[in-house]
Amino acid sequence: MASPALFPALLRLGDDRLVLGHRTSEWCGHAPILEEDIALANISLDLIGQANLLLQYAGEVEGAGRDQDALAFSRDAMEYRNALLCELPKGDFGVTIARHFFHGLFSVLQWQALSSSKDATVAGIAAKALKESKYHVRHAGEWVIRLGDGTEESHRRAQAAVDQLWPYTGELFMQPTDEAELVADGLVADVSALEGPWRAQVDDVLRRATLTVPETAWMQRGGRVGVHTEHLGHLLAEMQSVARAHPGAQW
Amino acid sequence: MVTREQVFAWLEEVMDPEVPVLSVVELGVVRDAEVRDDGSVLVSLTPTYSGCPAMKVMEDAIRDALVARGVPRVEVRFVYAPAWTTDWIPESAKAKLEAYGIAPPGARAESEELVPLRRATATLRCPFCKSDRTTLRSEFGSTSCKSLWVCHACTQPFEAFKAI
Repeated sequence: MASPALFPALLRLGDDRLVLGHRTSEWCGHAPILEEDIALANISLDLIGQANLLLQYAGEVEGAGRDQDALAFSRDAMEYRNALLCELPKGDFGVTIARHFFHGLFSVLQWQALSSSKDATVAGIAAKALKESKYHVRHAGEWVIRLGDGTEESHRRAQAAVDQLWPYTGELFMQPTDEAELVADGLVADVSALEGPWRAQVDDVLRRATLTVPETAWMQRGGRVGVHTEHLGHLLAEMQSVARAHPGAQW
Repeated sequence: MVTREQVFAWLEEVMDPEVPVLSVVELGVVRDAEVRDDGSVLVSLTPTYSGCPAMKVMEDAIRDALVARGVPRVEVRFVYAPAWTTDWIPESAKAKLEAYGIAPPGARAESEELVPLRRATATLRCPFCKSDRTTLRSEFGSTSCKSLWVCHACTQPFEAFKAI
């Protein structure tokens, strides 16, 4: 039987994907071209699918009778543990792409590390999700280069997106203190160790995109302990409205 | 009492709801079927993609098919490791895909580079006119498992099973 101590770590993993997946689904029917509409909807589906597995397992290790639906639809913003980066409004296409690049790259590194977790379920989900996240980061990375090294307008907006999101990237690598034992036991990955490889890839792609890495050193934080921006509450209000209006409904 | 082989033979008749020329066995989703002493059957499934909406439909169809054949109780469990791969689709099933108008998965081209500047993709053969003059349009198609291509010889857009 898996350790209940895994619960907060699984929430952080699952909530990142649920919130980002839901946020990205806002593009469905609104993307600039048909191929991107399909791509973003596919990416949302993968992320929500990953969240489904992670929150289902979170509910099992918690052992309080909550399933993935209860965790997704019955928690308030303060109980969510996603990084702030995931909940920010979708912005323009440049912001959406830059966020997918930053978070997708983090995810690839995180799944790589987690695929050797001593918890077999975590390792299995990670190995599966890794294949999907590689597609996501390739898609986003190619767009970062195309937009950054594109027209004057696409360059300006891509740089604005990078500048806007940059202060929210640091939180991805802040290792939560309540996971120290899990890291020591080889159950979850130490995210602070992922920052170096992440930064090397980001530097490389932004350079090819003729974009500048911001010099901001101060980083926003809070999501991992339940202190969120105002945006998460609005997102949850929409996402949870049907489930809250019809508690326990099956369809 | 039914045998494991018999269960697999029945499941060969359960088709993928999105790609109805492939059975759930040919797709590689059915990993195992265990017949227990009480006659109940435990089917192990590995999902193609984490968010594939067809998984639920396949699960229900598998359950219905076995119950219709008189299996008293069917249990379905999901196995995530090893992760699903298109390598599990047999050559015979790949031919069916092509005949149906979907280019079958080729060899997996794992690039070392996460964001390659110039992508080395294997060329796929157009399932309609068999030309190799084809281009990948998008890695994301009408379902999680497919990408969008276009053929320059017959100008036909087509879908391909992504090799993962």
